[in-house]
Amino acid sequence: MSVAVRLAHEADLAGWRAGARAAMAADLAPEDVTWRVGDAGGDLFATPVTSAPAQAFTVPRRFVELADSALLHQDTERFSLMYRLLWRLRCDPGVLTDAADPDIRRAEALAKAVHRDIHKTHAFLRFKEIEPEAAGEESLYLAWFEPSHHTLEASAPFFRDRFTSMRWAILTPERSARWDGTVLSFGPGATRDAVPAKDRLDAHWRAYYRSIFNPARVKIKAMTKEMPKKYWRNMLETREVTPLLRAAGHRSAGMVAAEPTPASPMTAVEARRRPVHAPLPRDLGTLAGVHREVEACRRCPIGALATQCVFGEGPPAARLMIVGEQPGDREDLAGKPFVGPAGKVLDAALSEAGIDRSAACLTNAVKHFKYEPRGKRRQHKTPSTSEIDHCRWWLDQERALVKPKTIVALGASAARGVLGQSVKIGEVRGRSIPLADGAALWVTVHPSYLLRLPDDRTRAVEMRRFVDDLRGAHHTITDRHSAA
Amino acid sequence: MLNSLQKLEIFADAAKYDASCASSGAAPRTADAKSIGSTAPGMGICHAYAPDVRCISLLKVLLTNYCMFDCHYCVSRVSSNVARARFSVKEVVDLTLGFYRRNMIEGLFLSSGIVRSPDETMEQVVAVARSLREEHGFRGYIHLKTIPDAAPELLAEAGRLADRLSINVELPQESDLARLALQKDGRRIRKAMANLRQRIDGAREDRKRSAKAPPFSTSQSTQMIVGADAATDATVLGTSETLYGSYGLSRVYYSAFSPIPDASKLLPLQAPPLMREHRLYQADWLLRYYGFNVPEIVTGTRDGMLDLQLDPKTAWALANRAQFPVDLNRAPREMLLRVPGLGVRVADRILAVRKRRGLHLEDLTRLCRSVKALLPFIVCTDWRPTKLADTANLRERLVPRATQLSLL
Repeated sequence: MSVAVRLAHEADLAGWRAGARAAMAADLAPEDVTWRVGDAGGDLFATPVTSAPAQAFTVPRRFVELADSALLHQDTERFSLMYRLLWRLRCDPGVLTDAADPDIRRAEALAKAVHRDIHKTHAFLRFKEIEPEAAGEESLYLAWFEPSHHTLEASAPFFRDRFTSMRWAILTPERSARWDGTVLSFGPGATRDAVPAKDRLDAHWRAYYRSIFNPARVKIKAMTKEMPKKYWRNMLETREVTPLLRAAGHRSAGMVAAEPTPASPMTAVEARRRPVHAPLPRDLGTLAGVHREVEACRRCPIGALATQCVFGEGPPAARLMIVGEQPGDREDLAGKPFVGPAGKVLDAALSEAGIDRSAACLTNAVKHFKYEPRGKRRQHKTPSTSEIDHCRWWLDQERALVKPKTIVALGASAARGVLGQSVKIGEVRGRSIPLADGAALWVTVHPSYLLRLPDDRTRAVEMRRFVDDLRGAHHTITDRHSAA
Repeated sequence: MLNSLQKLEIFADAAKYDASCASSGAAPRTADAKSIGSTAPGMGICHAYAPDVRCISLLKVLLTNYCMFDCHYCVSRVSSNVARARFSVKEVVDLTLGFYRRNMIEGLFLSSGIVRSPDETMEQVVAVARSLREEHGFRGYIHLKTIPDAAPELLAEAGRLADRLSINVELPQESDLARLALQKDGRRIRKAMANLRQRIDGAREDRKRSAKAPPFSTSQSTQMIVGADAATDATVLGTSETLYGSYGLSRVYYSAFSPIPDASKLLPLQAPPLMREHRLYQADWLLRYYGFNVPEIVTGTRDGMLDLQLDPKTAWALANRAQFPVDLNRAPREMLLRVPGLGVRVADRILAVRKRRGLHLEDLTRLCRSVKALLPFIVCTDWRPTKLADTANLRERLVPRATQLSLL
């Protein structure tokens, strides 16, 4: 039995869906169904499909999307192609994922051409403004466009959502779309002369197109690939292409050959007006001066890759100095020490130990962030001993100016930065080490070590030890203070 | 007094050296009865293409092309004798809306020469965006070029109004910037980018917690001029990798240094290295989407420069023949992505198909553009290259034959 399904118009998606559903329900094989648009070309032997009770057969969303696009193609085989796929889908639901299957390939190619047509409509359609005759009335915007497929219904909602407050109409040879501010309606096709040829801003747009073109970079093949010539006759600016290309070689050569001209008269005026950014004299007697110097430090290669130097933060005469290893990603962006995840751990430990963070000077053994780029992230890299030793010079300046009574070194890098030699944390932890300048050094772990511990129990134990170390260090200050 | 058409010509002429044209990636918006404009769903929309194949998506203009800075590579530098003009805020707003209503653009890309002070200039740039958004209910795309030295409050205001902010690093190396752009400072530029990153990330976090969080620019990008100094491709890509990792940039644009009117004598005036620019973009893509890192791409290149005759992926494959052929029926996705001629899309399709059945050459003809180019590098159910991957002249076979371009 052969059956014909009639569709109301070329883009009658609902009609195809109803017909396909009925044909599937009647178990009609693909070769037994023909598809006709409008009244033309009746098939005498075909019996129209009457609406059969809908049978429980659900198709994946992916098929619906594919069909809704592919069915708008101008290819006359599209209706039977999609019905064949539907038919195959019933026995082999996986066929949709088979991008190399000929039917899937064809349907995807049709859908892709339709998407492109819709996209190009959104891109290349131009409205002409028809200014109102009476004051107080609104302008009307009219566009003429020639889509390659039956896509006007599918393209129009984009314009509704964008030009909601305008009154507009889009005319094509096959259909037309109209927006009156509340309803989007579709009607019959029209002809080009229904849209005015001129618009108030034509000259501006052509001038913009001419000026934005760089004659030194002619690349025509790629241009015509993205903006195929079939669209050109409805795009005013394309009339500039030929004259622009003719003149390009000459203009470009002219720029290269031109003799340099003397500097404009304003050059001298601006040079006088500009605030002079002369480098401030080197000043190692203040923290601000040292900070400035570290900012420009290029003694090791870390500095050039970091955003900024992260200098010590805290009262200029803090009695407690806490030295970390180096700034991390967060610290590098913010320009402040201990603001990232390890900083949070440190904050928690300090408050547990009863130490006021804002009374301490927080700084690092190395002042710039050392890392390796990893796609969208930066991976922390431990500074080498030579980098720590280079940067030690700056830490010494900082110590000499702040003159802390007690220094806490967090981790091995920090300890090396303070002592100038490597120590094992396990061997020196939990006691005061006298330093040459009279300060007391306490060495403990870096808070990021706590972050890396795998299980909660060990972390709680280690956190307690960390807090104890901080408390012990703090006591040496308070003891001395009360003694003094 | 120049009219708005003459000014448009001057400003577009000065703005064209900024390569960015993106109009995608903005927060989704549509208009209502009192506003105009929407953001493009998905890939962004190019409303026209110029014969230099730069797409025209935004009205790309300067507020003024007068600039107190004297950056040698720039057409608007103070020492140049080009014609100068200045747009009023209203002129830019009217032109933007006029073009937008006619469906000629997706929105505005506004930049400016620096007049009197960075703050005063940034203030004017922000005033245009504010007028569009608040007086005219404009919901289209806005990209503001940001001046690194402007006050942080102004940058925050710009971010509130724009979909994208950009600060150009201009040159790949700090030392060249110091030589060619006396008033610019690589460190200040990086700090401004860091500042923007923190604000963009912060706003994204706020939006996750509450839909009512105030809008903020969703991305930042930058541009590097290529060929104005001696920096190698290895240096350029290294800088890009650092910038992507550090500041979460959505794009680094590469702009082949091109002759400009009334150019500075310090710079090489020659045809712009367009092929070099193209290869850098390809390498940039390998970094961002194909799992390559800079050392892999530049190892084996001559003097740190990418091969102009071969795309960087094919060049890498030729230098690493031991990794081939790749069995399309077994190889992990990361390895499929390393096969020259296989893109992200095709690789994912291969993964889907091979779950159902083995891949044959005939399948590949339906999946990718050119199977011939793949043959030396792959194995599939009915294909195995015999000696192809080892032949000494493989390179010659893969270099695309030069074609004569027809002009008109």
